[in-house]
Formats: sequence, C-alpha cells, structure tokens
Amino acid sequence: MHRFTFHRLWAVVMKEFIQMRRDRVTFGMMIGIPLLQLMLFGYAINSDPKHLPSALRLADQGPFTRTLVAEMQNSGYFDIVRITDSEAEVERLIRLGTVQFVVNIPDDFTRDVLRGERPAVLVEADATDPAATGPAIAALNAIAATAIDRDLTGPLRRLRGVPGAVSFEVHAHYNPENITQFNVVPGLMGVVLTMTMVIITALAITRERERGTMENLLATPVRPFEVMVGKILPYIAVGYVQVTLILIAAKFLFHVPMVGSIGLLYAISLLFIAANLAMGITFSTLAKNQLQAVQMAFFFFLPSILLSGFMFPFRGMPEWAQWVGTCLPLTHFLRIVRGILLKGNGMGEVMPEIWPIALFVAVSMAVGVKRYRQTLD
Amino acid sequence: MKTDFVIDVAGVTKRFGAKTVVNGIDLQVERGEIFGFLGPNGSGKTTFIRMLCGLLTPDGGSGTCLGHDILTEQPLIKREVGYMTQRFSYYEDMSIRENLDFIARIYAVPDREEAVQRSLEQLRLQNRSHQLAGELSGGWKQRLALAACLIHKPLLLLLDEPTAGVDPKARRGFWDEIHRLSTEGITVLVTTHYMDEAERCHRIACLAYGNLLVRGTVDEVVSSAGLATWSVAGPDLGTLVGALRGQAGVEQVVPFGNTIHVSGSDAASLEATLARLCAPGQEFTRTVSGLEDVFISLMDRAKDNFG
Repeated sequence: MHRFTFHRLWAVVMKEFIQMRRDRVTFGMMIGIPLLQLMLFGYAINSDPKHLPSALRLADQGPFTRTLVAEMQNSGYFDIVRITDSEAEVERLIRLGTVQFVVNIPDDFTRDVLRGERPAVLVEADATDPAATGPAIAALNAIAATAIDRDLTGPLRRLRGVPGAVSFEVHAHYNPENITQFNVVPGLMGVVLTMTMVIITALAITRERERGTMENLLATPVRPFEVMVGKILPYIAVGYVQVTLILIAAKFLFHVPMVGSIGLLYAISLLFIAANLAMGITFSTLAKNQLQAVQMAFFFFLPSILLSGFMFPFRGMPEWAQWVGTCLPLTHFLRIVRGILLKGNGMGEVMPEIWPIALFVAVSMAVGVKRYRQTLD
Repeated sequence: MKTDFVIDVAGVTKRFGAKTVVNGIDLQVERGEIFGFLGPNGSGKTTFIRMLCGLLTPDGGSGTCLGHDILTEQPLIKREVGYMTQRFSYYEDMSIRENLDFIARIYAVPDREEAVQRSLEQLRLQNRSHQLAGELSGGWKQRLALAACLIHKPLLLLLDEPTAGVDPKARRGFWDEIHRLSTEGITVLVTTHYMDEAERCHRIACLAYGNLLVRGTVDEVVSSAGLATWSVAGPDLGTLVGALRGQAGVEQVVPFGNTIHVSGSDAASLEATLARLCAPGQEFTRTVSGLEDVFISLMDRAKDNFG
C-alpha cells in the first residue's frame, strides 16, 4: 500500500509542470534571472578597472611632461579628462568623484629630471574604493621605470635604469590605509535598504490581492494615493532604524570615519528609502502573486548590487553597464553616503546625485499609482 | 423627481472580452426591502453587485444607487454602501477589534471607539474581540464581516452569498439580523443559492447567463412559472425515476426522501404520463411546486434560450 509508485510520482511531476507553465512570470524569471546573471557577471564585472578619469595639474610644460603623460595614458589606466593649473578645481573634481586621480606635475620637473634628481610626481587618488584605484596605483611603478626612457638619449642615457628617472608619490585621499570596510560598510547601508524595502513593499499590495482583502479595500472610499502612501510610511520608519543600526555599527565596530554631516545623510536617506518603497509598490501592482513580487524584487536587486559600484568598481564596467547603473538609485546613494561619510561632502557636492534619485521616485510612483486601480475592471 | 428606489438601474451590461456577463438588467429596489438574487454560479450575480457598489464600471446601461449615478459617482456610492464579499476579505492576521477599528477609520466613523464597541456588542463579538480573524470559524467570520460592513451605518447592504459554508443555526441568526436591519430602513440586496433563504426575502429575482429571468415575491415567481408538480409515493421509486425521465410532459424528476417530485409545464401531458407509468401501489398526488422546482425549471429553459 505505502510503497513508492512511479505513477504517483509522475502525477506530482506533471502537476508541477502544468502549474509552472501557467505562471508565465515565474517561468520567465527562471529563464531571465540566469541570463541576467550571465550578462552581469560575464560582461559587466571587471576587477581591473581601466580608463579612470584623471585630472592633470601642470606646473611644467616640458617635453618630459608630455612623454610621461602620454605613457600614463598608454598604460590604459589613466584617461586625462581635464588639464588645469587650479588647485581649487582639482580639489572639487575629486570630491565630486568626477575624477579618480589628480596627477600633479611639479615645478621644475624637466630640470629635476635632467639633474637626475628623480622628481616625484604627486598622484592624488580618490581611494574611497580601494578596489577601484588599486590596479592603477600598482601600474605606476612600472610606468615610472621606463616612462621617459625614449626621451633619454645621448648623454641622458645614464639617467635610464631602475628605479627610473621619475618617481610617483601617491596620496590616497579619504581612505589612506585602503581599508575595504570603510568603503563597504557605508555602501551596505544602501544595499540593506534596497533589499528589505523593495521586497517588503512588493509584497504589500500583492498580499492584499492574494488574500482577497483587496476587493474589500476597493469597495471602501479609500483613495489609491492613500493606500500607497499609507503602506509606505511605516516602512520609512523601519528604514531609519536600519540606517541608524548600520551607522552605529560603522562607528563602533568598523571605526568608519564620519567626516560629513550625519543630519544631511539622514535627510537624503529619506529620499532613497522612498525610491525603494515606490519601486516595491510598483512591483506590487504588477505582480499577480507574492512569488512574482519577490522575483521582481530580486530582478531589481541583482543589478542594483552588481552595477551600482557596491561590489565592483563602477568605472571598471563597460559603458552599457554604467548606463544601467546610472538609472539605479543605489548607484547615486552609494556615492552620497561615501561622499558624506568619507569625504565630508556637503549639500553642494551631493546635489548632482540627489536629483536622479528624485526622478526615480517620481517615475516609479507615477507608474504605481497608475497601475493601482480603484475598480476591479 | 424623488423616488424611494434605493437601487434604480436599467440596461446594466458588463462584458469581459467577448463574453457578456451581465446582459441589460433592469432593477428597482425599494427602501427597506430585502431583495434576493438567485442564480447558478457564473450567472452574473457577483458582477452585478460589483457594478452597484462601484467596483466595476458597467459597459452599458445607466441608473442610480442611493441616488448616485453608478457610472460617475462611484466614490459617493462607496461611502454609503456596505459590501460583504463572497470570500472573507478582512485581515486574518488582525484581531476582530483591529479589523473593525481599521474599517471605522477608513470610513471616518464619528466616535469611532464607541462605534466599534457598539458593533461588537450588537453582533455578540465582544468576548472574542481580541481573537485573530484568521482563527475564527466560518460562522464567526461571517459575523465579523457583517459587523464590519455595518460599522459606517450604510443605507444599502450588498451581501454576496453571505451564508456559504455557515451552519443552519448561524444562518438563522444571520437572517434574523437582516430582518432587524430591514425594519430599521436599511435596504438589503443578497445573493444566495439556498431556496429557504430566498423565501425569507421580500422579493427575489432569478438570473441565468447574465439575464434577469423573473422577479417578484416568491409566490409571484412560483405562480408565474406555470409549473405543475406531482408527488409520487410507493414502492420501487428508483425504477420509476429512470422510467419517467425523457417521457412526454416530464421536465424534472427529483427524489425527495420517500417520495419523488415530478414537474412539467404541460400539466395534462404530465398527468397522462404518470397514469401510464406508475405501477400498482405507486400513488401520485398533485402538490404545490416548490421554489426550487421553479428555479431549476427556469434555469433549464434559460439554457435553451441563452446557453
């Protein structure tokens, strides 16, 4: 009686296939998520970021300078995007994150080379993410050794050789000891918020629909906007608890420097939390059941964590991946958190990262409200 | 032009894709009336109710519910209607009191706490007020649902199969409550599958395939159907049931315990058939057609017309 029988097993297998086929979204996700992972892990991720935007501050215009700069570009790591002689400007560029490096060619560079004094070129790095700057900094030694060798001909030949005619001095700003946690822990704040906020709210309306309570809610005079905002508000409080927990851990467990204004960070967190909640609510109106809602949240979470610059250097990714990353609120929030905590950025510097998040909130809220129907039509 | 019709609609139609689910229904329900909707599953009862309370927009037709236009004033209707869904649709992870309190807040009921308390007492739920709705049995869930849709003192109650899965005693209690509400001037539109419940309504209407077939008091509906019914008693009725089916004049043969009921709209033809087929010892007597016989007969005829 209770022995294993193949036909009973087969009955269950067939039933599962029938149900799988009925739930198109789940079926699509089972195909879509591996494809997404392949694309992201296979193409987008690169732990050896090259072509890092760099500013050049020139105090010497000699031929060696030109050769050195050309060699740095040829290494593939440094793209000179700005040439200036203003210290204030390079300072600003690095705080904004517009450039990863500032290369300072000192006064009398050419003269010092000729004298065999191995003049030091100061390379300032935005080292908030050690992984982004590490390979480029490592490449500097090799560049130093041979960079201007082809200019050293004739009597200057004697200047060739190890350790090279020029040297580099690296100033790693904001995270001088290259402590990975200083970058990861503030970033984690954004990741945790994305993960929990999107999933929780994605379930919010789907659950009402699945349990049949939606019909009742629709029959009452409550307006869509009231439902959406009413569902979002409690989780904003939860989000703030999360932010506080992570900040406390960052301070006391990981000793992350907190240079900027915590008040500003709290204020901006509100926008970021809202962005994730709005996204979740929108998924909630799209999904037919709770499983689909969770899958959609996962579909959003995966690129968020991989393409935002949290796990892998943003600038290491191909251009298309950077575009995708730019559309995600986490990318901008990471820059804001790291900027405020590590760089001490103020409102002025974080502004360029705020409006994309605001735009994201507006768009996803609009889709959500539009999708939420007041009738069952 | 003020009428005392709480529901006054004409030609109400709803299509889902190519399928017409509700087909041009006209209906007037007076204040304080208990109006029953009978119809098989899928006959359009739920869809019609959803259109009355603003959950669905009709594709055709017009009319008013509580004096508000069903096409344009849905938000106003929602405020004054209590709608009890077919499936229990309150929050199972919230207690009875929490559910009532939530609904009372949504409707901005004045003196909310008092209203919740009153509603708990009225439906004798006060001893269970802290129990989670999900833990309640069918009868108690139904009681909670009724309490919740009454909390904002609606003028019209729309009850969609409110007693499905509820035991007879609880059902009786429920109907007593409905009649009490009716005497207070609340209008009730209720759908049901139970004939005994239909008989407790002031007026009923039968739906099939989205069409309203007949309406009136139970007696009017029964007599208008023109159905003749005989009751047969005696031995070996099982064989007779098989023999009668498909014979001239026989439309329904229904075993009723130790008797069978045979009905048809052509009384003379049916009587002749019975005389021919009844064995010695089997006695047939004319009886009053029941609402159920009439209902089944209506459905069969509707199938020929619309199905």
